[in-house]
Amino acid sequence: MGEKILMKGNEVIAEAALRAGCRHYFGYPITPQTEIAHYFAKKMPQYGGTFIQAESEVAAMNMVYGAASAGARVMTSSSSPGISLKQEAISYAACAELPAVIVNIMRAGPGLGGILAAQSDYFQATKGGGHGDYRMVVLAPSSVQELYELVVDAFNIADKYRTLCMIVGDGMLGQMMEAVEFRDKEDIYQADKSWAVTGTGMERDHNIITSIYIDPEVLEKHNLKLQEKYRKIAENETRVEVFNCEGADIIVAAYGTVARIIKNVIKTAEKEGIKVGLIRPITLWPFPTAEFEKYADVPQAFLSVEMSAGQMVEDVRLAVNGKRPVYFHGRMGGMIPTQKEILEKIREILK
Amino acid sequence: MAIVFQRPHALRETQMHYCPGCTHGIVHRLIAEVIDELGVEGRTIGVSPVGCAYNNYLYFNCDMVQAAHGRAPAVATGIKRVHPDNVVFTYQGDGDLAAIGTAEIIHAANRGEKITTIFINNAIYGMTSGQMAPTTLVGQVTTTSPFGRKPELHGYPLNVCEMLSTLKGAVYVERVSMHDIKNIKNAKNAIKKAFKVQMAGLGFSIVEVLSSCPTNWGIDPVNALKWIEEKMIPQYPLGNFKGKDLEV
Ligand SMILES: Cc1ncc(C[n+]2csc(CCOP(=O)(O)OP(=O)(O)O)c2C)c(N)n1
Ligand code: SF4
Repeated sequence: MGEKILMKGNEVIAEAALRAGCRHYFGYPITPQTEIAHYFAKKMPQYGGTFIQAESEVAAMNMVYGAASAGARVMTSSSSPGISLKQEAISYAACAELPAVIVNIMRAGPGLGGILAAQSDYFQATKGGGHGDYRMVVLAPSSVQELYELVVDAFNIADKYRTLCMIVGDGMLGQMMEAVEFRDKEDIYQADKSWAVTGTGMERDHNIITSIYIDPEVLEKHNLKLQEKYRKIAENETRVEVFNCEGADIIVAAYGTVARIIKNVIKTAEKEGIKVGLIRPITLWPFPTAEFEKYADVPQAFLSVEMSAGQMVEDVRLAVNGKRPVYFHGRMGGMIPTQKEILEKIREILK
Repeated sequence: MAIVFQRPHALRETQMHYCPGCTHGIVHRLIAEVIDELGVEGRTIGVSPVGCAYNNYLYFNCDMVQAAHGRAPAVATGIKRVHPDNVVFTYQGDGDLAAIGTAEIIHAANRGEKITTIFINNAIYGMTSGQMAPTTLVGQVTTTSPFGRKPELHGYPLNVCEMLSTLKGAVYVERVSMHDIKNIKNAKNAIKKAFKVQMAGLGFSIVEVLSSCPTNWGIDPVNALKWIEEKMIPQYPLGNFKGKDLEV
């Protein structure tokens, strides 16, 4: 490992992308993630790369579509309202099987909402905010160090499967200063990109990048191919952290910033003689269903804690499949669930 | 015997799907001839629109990307920034470019993206069966302006070349027409110059082509060409708006 430095989450995202070989960034300003763009604007020229402040998130994501078609490692970032505008090109890119990384530093919605941290875009990220039967890998780091590692992984996964990868964080993670230790060199997946548009050089047949299939039989076949790819991704790329779950009285499901709070709750609860376990999905899609199945019989109950009205809890319920009750505690609007209120909820459930 | 006329190499040997009398196909041929003459097929990347030409990626021999409705200039921007030495063009209709894609075309032009746009103005939405376009003429009947386009309800025809030529980044702007042989020849010269401007790295270039849609205009192919000449040209005067004197 290399040196350890103190850095802001948003800047780490950009630095990690550069280290992963990303030389093309297209974005549109929105709080609380603008430092990503600032960092790229400053650094890209040194790397001979492209930074474009696009006219909109619609255009930015379509530029990503173009750059990915051309075979580049490419990224965009935004926050919730901007991510809604990117959905058009996300769906097209999913269909055309273009690899790219999208960062969503989530803020509270709906609508223009507020600029403080939230996790209310879980449905949009994991269930397809755009139209059609598609999936994208959704990675949810909970520390600045993990943010760095997952951004690098996201580029590799994207190239390996020709898929979109989304990193979801929240304003807390983006704005947080934390120590991060960069590797001296990244492992970069060397993908075969012979499908990309580069110019035929008069040496091969033309390459076509498209998302239109007018013939229903052909389109169904293409969809089946996509589904098979998603199945493979689920098989190989599901990630989860399981903490303190053996013999737990209650298992909490939480990701990102909330999972950090739960780790403190675990310590406090221990003093009261309550054993709290944590299952922290690192990939929100593919969801770590198997881990929940594995521990479904262990606790008296499950509790999903989120900064939303209750979104991931639906996947937890599906995974626990009625074996134990699944409770929910959430805060919205940029409010952060406190240790105290989570502990109260746990005591109430276990009563 | 010498071959005096053949399919340009940059066009693939396949049947096009356009209606009889539609001039989309002629514009394709002109682009392909220009690509051949400039010897750039191997480094050209085209971007197809949403509209009747949505699948023209099947017709060109160069690499092609199909873009979402109106987004071709943004997609082309992404491609060109990755491959600055390639020749990148978009092919877009008037619904695609002048309605849903207005922001993308203005900003690609304003950034001076080194791409070339071939803009097909047929005063109507062809593919979706004849709705009003931003370029529809005053009084023109379409399926969504069944009593004719009325300025008080629908506003006025949008003159894209006039508008884009106010932008510094747009360095070559010309309007041409498909209504007769002489004008088709002019169109080819304009397309060639637009490509050369891009290759010289001077900035954004666009050629607007007045084109026919006999099917949705509800007139036969011959009268459709007459309609371009008599009805469209007064609203959309032909000629160069910018970059006539560029030496390329
Ligand atoms: C987002 C989106 N909205 C609407 C459509 C439907 N649509 C397909 S083609 C088209 C109009 C195309 O008209 P134009 O650009 O003038 O091209 P033409 O067909 O006349 O060549 C529309 C509205 C679409 N495909 N995507
Ligand atoms: S509908 Fe009009 S624009 Fe489309 S192919 Fe037919 S004639 Fe051409």
